[in-house]
Amino acid sequence: MTRPVKRRRAARRPSLAPYLFLTPAVVLFTLFLAVPIGYTGYLATRRTQVSGLGLGSGSRREVSAGFGNLAAAVTDGELWAGWLRVLGYGTLVLVVMLGLALLFALALDSARVRLARFTRIAIFLPYAVPGVAASLLWGFLYLPSLSPIRAVLDVDLLGATTITYSMANVAVWGGTGFNMLVLYTALRAVPRDYYEAARLDGASETRIALLIKIPLLLPALILTTVFSIIATIQVFTEPTTLRPFTNTISSTWSPLMKVYRDAFVTGDLYSAAATSIVIAAISLVLSFGFLRVVRDRAFGEG
Amino acid sequence: MAATATRRSLGLAPTALLLLGAVYCLFPVSWVVIAATKSPGELFTTPTLAPGTGFFGNVAELFAYRDGVFWLWLLNTLLYAGGGALLSTAVSAVSGYALAKFRFPGRTVIFNALIGGVLVPAVVLAIPQYLLFSKIGLADTYWAVLLPQILHPYGIYLARVYAGAAIPDSLLEAGRIDGASEWRLMSRVAVPLMAPGLVTIFLFQFVAIWNNFLLPFIMLGDDGKFPLTVGLYTLLMAGSNQPSLYNLILTGALLSIIPLIALFLTMQRYWRTDLSSGAVK
Repeated sequence: MTRPVKRRRAARRPSLAPYLFLTPAVVLFTLFLAVPIGYTGYLATRRTQVSGLGLGSGSRREVSAGFGNLAAAVTDGELWAGWLRVLGYGTLVLVVMLGLALLFALALDSARVRLARFTRIAIFLPYAVPGVAASLLWGFLYLPSLSPIRAVLDVDLLGATTITYSMANVAVWGGTGFNMLVLYTALRAVPRDYYEAARLDGASETRIALLIKIPLLLPALILTTVFSIIATIQVFTEPTTLRPFTNTISSTWSPLMKVYRDAFVTGDLYSAAATSIVIAAISLVLSFGFLRVVRDRAFGEG
Repeated sequence: MAATATRRSLGLAPTALLLLGAVYCLFPVSWVVIAATKSPGELFTTPTLAPGTGFFGNVAELFAYRDGVFWLWLLNTLLYAGGGALLSTAVSAVSGYALAKFRFPGRTVIFNALIGGVLVPAVVLAIPQYLLFSKIGLADTYWAVLLPQILHPYGIYLARVYAGAAIPDSLLEAGRIDGASEWRLMSRVAVPLMAPGLVTIFLFQFVAIWNNFLLPFIMLGDDGKFPLTVGLYTLLMAGSNQPSLYNLILTGALLSIIPLIALFLTMQRYWRTDLSSGAVK
């Protein structure tokens, strides 16, 4: 007689607990994610209307702008120029950073590598350097008066065209180690006998890397790509910190810098909100295709 | 014979590649270590890779700069990163545990929403967060930097994976049959089992907050509340047309890196990006 009651209690009891455990996360999510996103959406459809001469307290009112701000953001030439710069910079960063991360991870995992521990730590070390400090260090290294690089390589590293490469270098330097670690950890999880079987069949280390390791790394590569795309689209710290070193970086170099300028320098919150929605939309579109695959492969256990 | 020869030469190639990578990664850090030892006079006159004699002079000057504001930046950063990472780890732990070990309606929706937060660009959040904080009078306070950084989607994801691997269902069942409350099971059984993974989450979040620039840059106006990143930036802005401040900026950059590098080298075994194995070796 008591058994069914007990089982029902046991099945019922956990039904409230997970919600209680998730309350802090859901409250934080609502306050610092959902509400701000909603507020941005609201702001993007508003504008200031100036009546009369624009003097006095009652002369400026907030009115609805419909989709005017969004349309203006989508057709803004300055913003598009920023997108093109970020596209060039981002492609460079993604290809070089993830390419190097993959090469280093495969090298660390190869059969007879030496100094693996030392080099792994050294390559991961820039992860511990804040973006501001990294840009600052490289900025000084690019400066003609201080640079040891300039003694060897006679190129203006802060010129109008070279600045994209110089900036990409800062991101590659800072991000390779983290991505290498993600890929290397994924490789270490592969049972060693996979490779032993291939070696017995006479496969070379290069063939093992190309035909076994890289396909096994695909989910991890997709994951690192998505995170890198999201980070690259929002590039802000590097160009902002490198600006004092050169006059080739405008205050609207990247879309995010334009949002910052609109919101806090020129004080046009409404168009800043509209622009940030455009950035979010592009970011979502670009990463959504990847996310589907990531969810199917990496989060599939849920 | 031929096979052994290729394998040996391939052992050389990866080592050489990794060494090149290590040189590239260590170069700017070693350069700033050397540059920070130079007095303002030596910085532009001595060879770039020759150490100078002015390190302690630079440090003293940096700590004296504007009545020791650099000290404040250092302490603020510790407060933001330490406090924020601690709260963030706690929230990630309970959320990850609930998502991994319970079946309940809405689980997938909540998980996807929380993880989807990773995809929301910081910019969409930072400006409205600033405006909302100003409305309740909390902009330009410690809270404005601390609170928005507690929720950490990647931490929740890691905690969920880790709870799934490290906590046996049978143990929870046994606890329930013995009449332990869910809170007790979580705090006495689940969290201790998850502890090594939680250290990893703490470290990642600590570094993320320590390195964050955009949020404090937008939220704060009073330089007494700045973290190091924003402080260094203002120092750089002040010094961009005054080469006499360069040695302060370089010394400041070095001092802002040292604590993280120390943390990084001492906590090495916890720097793991994949916790699915369920154990830290």
